[in-house]
Amino acid sequence: MLGLIDYGVWSACLLAQAAVVVCSIRSRCLAQYFTLNFYMLAALALSLGRIFLSLRFGYTSPLYFYFYYLSDAVLTICLYFALMGLYSQVFQEMGVHRYLRVGAILLLGLTALVSYQVVVSSSYRLMTRFVVELSQNLYFVGVVLTYLLWGAIMKLRETRTRLIQLVLALGVYFSAFAASYALRNLYPEFPIWRYVAHLMSLWLPVAWAYTFIKIPEEARLATDRVAATNR
Amino acid sequence: MIAALILVISVATLLQFFVSYCRSVIAASSKKNLSEQAREVAGIENRIVRGDEFERLLQLVRLCPEPGDDGRELRAVCSYFGLLSLLRSSFGRLAPGVASWAEREREGCAYFAAVALDRRITYSRDLMAEQMSNQL
Repeated sequence: MLGLIDYGVWSACLLAQAAVVVCSIRSRCLAQYFTLNFYMLAALALSLGRIFLSLRFGYTSPLYFYFYYLSDAVLTICLYFALMGLYSQVFQEMGVHRYLRVGAILLLGLTALVSYQVVVSSSYRLMTRFVVELSQNLYFVGVVLTYLLWGAIMKLRETRTRLIQLVLALGVYFSAFAASYALRNLYPEFPIWRYVAHLMSLWLPVAWAYTFIKIPEEARLATDRVAATNR
Repeated sequence: MIAALILVISVATLLQFFVSYCRSVIAASSKKNLSEQAREVAGIENRIVRGDEFERLLQLVRLCPEPGDDGRELRAVCSYFGLLSLLRSSFGRLAPGVASWAEREREGCAYFAAVALDRRITYSRDLMAEQMSNQL
């Protein structure tokens, strides 16, 4: 049974997701950050679907269970494409869009194949296990790719503050989810994971909405001042 | 084993991204100069604000009416300040270099709080001026 906290965090999340798209439209950068906005719209639609199913069929119903994990896998793939959108922004001037697109599809296919191989021999509930494994692996691939992107930003001395903050917020989100999935694997008995996941899902829309509201596109920042390793 | 490895790597990257994110938020405020009024209210005399001043400045910030657009960044910087304080007290004796880095970062957080205070003082003054003109 869901409580007031669950619905409260859910509502806050929905509002923040809608705020990202609205702020992006207001600052006239919807097309520029299309993949990010597409992810937020997909997250908004699937969150509404989850709320509807939990109210209609119950939080513990198999239908909700399957919808939750399938939608989570879909969202992770959308977020993966959002990350690729940020890659395109960083490497815009180098004209390597096509290579990035091919590389991203190949990596996604490879991750799906590895996830399938992991679950095919060990589980009878193949579909459910597969989507959980895929999400988990994609979060970790996301961490690695965001880290590489951050490395590229540092190397290329990218100065667009908005882009820097969008990438860093995504890095925090991917790392937090990958760590929580790993902790959930190590200690599955703790009931706290439900709230942790809810709270963490608030981070990305709030951070992105903040970036679109407060940081103008023309704002510039020296990456040397931002790097965690810089003393 | 794999889960433990993923956990270690993810926590390390999480810390790095979070520190960089907070620094990017703080960096924007470090370009701004404090007004004379804010300096007077906060008792700040020069450009550098000591890290220990952060809590006091934050209390002053909370006394001012909220413009409604800086709550999130203040919360993020508060968490970052807590992390830095923990780092400084944990590694202060073992690694003085880390402790002095943490202190410099704390100074950045305190300056950020001073800029937030300045912004809120300006907002309160504008609000008051608007009310006065409405009464007239």
